[in-house]
Amino acid sequence: MDTAQLQHGTTTRPSGWRGVIADWSSDQRSFKGASWGKVMMWIFLLSDTFIFGCFLLSYMTVRMSTTVPWPNPSEVFALEIGGVHLPLILIAIMTFVLISSSGTMAMAVNYAYRRDRRKTAALMLLTALFGALFVGMQAFEWSKLIHEGVRPWDNPFGAAQFGAAFFTITGFHGTHVTIGVIILLVVARKVWRGEFDDQRPGFLTGRRGRYEMVEIAGLYWHFVDLVWVFIFALFYLW
Amino acid sequence: MSELAHGAGGPIPAAEVPEMELPHPHGWWTTYVFSQDAKVIGIQYSLTALAIGMVALVLSWLMRLQLGFPGIFSFIDPHAYYQFITMHGMIMVVYLLTALFLGGFGNYLIPLMVGARDMVFPFVNMLSYWIYLLAVLVLVASFFVPGGPTGAGWTLYPPQAILSGTPGRDWGIVLMLLSLCLFIVGFTMGGLNYVVTVLQARTRGMTLMRMPLTVWGIFTATVMALLAFPALFVGAVMMLLDRLLGTSFFMPTLVEMGQQLRYGGGSPILFQHLFWFFGHPEVYIVALPAFGIVSDLISTHARRNIFGYRMMVWAIVIIGALSFVVWAHHMYVSGMNPWFGFFFATTTLIIAIPTAIKVYNWLLTLWRGNIHLNVPMLFALGFIVTFVNGGLTGLFLGNVVVDVPLSDTMFVVAHFHMVMGVAPVMVIFGGIYHWYPKITGRMLDDTMGKVHFWVTFLGAYAIFFPMHYLGLLGVPRRYHEIGETSFVPASAQDLNAFISVVALVVGAAQMLFLFNLFWSLRYGKDSGPNPWRATTLEWQTPETPPGHGNWGRELPVVYRWAYDYAVPGAEQDFVPQNQPLPAPTHIAKGEATA
Repeated sequence: MDTAQLQHGTTTRPSGWRGVIADWSSDQRSFKGASWGKVMMWIFLLSDTFIFGCFLLSYMTVRMSTTVPWPNPSEVFALEIGGVHLPLILIAIMTFVLISSSGTMAMAVNYAYRRDRRKTAALMLLTALFGALFVGMQAFEWSKLIHEGVRPWDNPFGAAQFGAAFFTITGFHGTHVTIGVIILLVVARKVWRGEFDDQRPGFLTGRRGRYEMVEIAGLYWHFVDLVWVFIFALFYLW
Repeated sequence: MSELAHGAGGPIPAAEVPEMELPHPHGWWTTYVFSQDAKVIGIQYSLTALAIGMVALVLSWLMRLQLGFPGIFSFIDPHAYYQFITMHGMIMVVYLLTALFLGGFGNYLIPLMVGARDMVFPFVNMLSYWIYLLAVLVLVASFFVPGGPTGAGWTLYPPQAILSGTPGRDWGIVLMLLSLCLFIVGFTMGGLNYVVTVLQARTRGMTLMRMPLTVWGIFTATVMALLAFPALFVGAVMMLLDRLLGTSFFMPTLVEMGQQLRYGGGSPILFQHLFWFFGHPEVYIVALPAFGIVSDLISTHARRNIFGYRMMVWAIVIIGALSFVVWAHHMYVSGMNPWFGFFFATTTLIIAIPTAIKVYNWLLTLWRGNIHLNVPMLFALGFIVTFVNGGLTGLFLGNVVVDVPLSDTMFVVAHFHMVMGVAPVMVIFGGIYHWYPKITGRMLDDTMGKVHFWVTFLGAYAIFFPMHYLGLLGVPRRYHEIGETSFVPASAQDLNAFISVVALVVGAAQMLFLFNLFWSLRYGKDSGPNPWRATTLEWQTPETPPGHGNWGRELPVVYRWAYDYAVPGAEQDFVPQNQPLPAPTHIAKGEATA
């Protein structure tokens, strides 16, 4: 398929770094077999990684710059359930729900490529449900903290930057999850109505629908989950 | 990997990229306004950028009036002066240069130069422009709100940016940050399109190593922008929260007018890091497209293949990568560990190597070339001279010990205006003179163009050369009026007046350019499809200006690199990229083509 980069009549492809470069710069497409949409999503996620990276680095910086002691997240995010004091219990459940949703998403992608309309749509709805559950629990967590007097500019437990970083980062991530849920619902509806089977054009873009869109939505969803793992580790466990 | 040996004699590769589904316009609105055609979007981007650039130009006149003739213009008070500085800088860097190079030239040229019918996602591309326009409108709105636009300086450093002493503290700074966020969202939509189009939607035969350097420059700059703008986005969001909600990301404990503010514990240096992690790559986001475009202009108008094409590509990529590890050289005076200063000075100076390679290669391309001194070529040559000049002062400022005394003087102003102000603007002009015939089918008027060039070029030197000297004298920048000092001689004021007069003249020359744009639309000479006899694909379109879908029924097939000028034995002194190779005569069939 790709003969343009073969060097001067040799029949073997170049090896090592030269091979990597030859593959990348080869004819017409740099990523063979990857559709435009998929490449675009990957590059967008790379850009988005930098956004979350900057947020998390900023959080670490202000945590160092403030002279007031940082609150202990295990205690701040503890709940009393049935008289038992459980540190971080809500966050643990949220993390479990979100990571489970990655599992159901992966299954949905699998069924999508088997053209199993019903199972795909059902699993996507389940994924969206998990996502909505996650956002709901986050709303509960926010309201609990706000009730306890935590504000972006102030909080009773220690450094003011705790509230600021908490609301900013989880808010930004929660927005991502919410957008993901909307995307999942839209794509699940398309799957359910069979719009990908007869390649009906999209409402806004006019592009023909393909089952690959399930996978692209999945890429975004997995990314949002992965980001949560970092937020969980760096904000709640540290 | 050069000259004709590019895959010579190989079979035409099979079409891997399927014909794209083009959104077809229905009627006037979807053809000219809500168009999803990259060419129309490119023109929309360019016109919007030029319009907002005019605002920034007028602001620079007002600043020069104040600096040249202090005390005469009573409406330019210190507050207004800071607002002019801030808006001039931000508009020029982000809303003019970035938008024009990537949104304007990128949209128009990428699909044409790589042989695609359009950008890969035309709808998203259209959204990109409208969000950019919204960002511009929000920015312009800040001129009309109570308190006016922000006067924080284009770097928007906190804490001063949001403290009450700074002009535009109430509304201006909020609108500025909001506008930047919108710009970044809009740019990301467009940027993803440019990158994916270059990576995945090239026509048959168009390997990455056959792309014109213009596309390489815009492509690399876009990738950088997608990785650098997030830092600005995060900084803008957090400063908005500091300003509106009273968080303290960037705000330390402060006493203002004897009262302690509610802020405390934040890190102002954090904003500087975020800002310059965006800000330094931003310099190269503006410079790399200029490098690419100027390479093509020089090669075309000197009728000579670009010297060291592969080196040029690698230099672009390496400059792009290095520019992410030099940002703190903007912060030498902010206070940092000397080892960091050492590190960032070293990386900064290393960038001089690939940059020098590029300059030498341009000169070697010109060497013994058949140089046509037409307007695009004049601007390209003007770029090289200006860029070398600005780059050399960059070597001064990249060293910590030299930078510290020169920091915040007119020397810095002269440096960055030469290297990333005048130089890229020269390329923008050169590019517009070069591609205007393709966009409109008519030539821009040559006499007006030459007057425009000489006034701009000589004027830029008259403006910025003396500024180096003022800087060495110790004249500080961002001062409304310096008044009596012990170290600045009175003659510096005469120099300032001179600079101001020249600045007004250069500004007037830009009016001539704008007039030319509109005048030639109607009265310009008919250009034909390929007036410069250039090799790249955009000049080979079946229609001029290129029609919807660019290429008629069949996509072009590329057989060679973009720089086959004055090939010995060829019929003409240029061979278009889509012209099939002659049957190899000196080699028996089936043998190696080495």
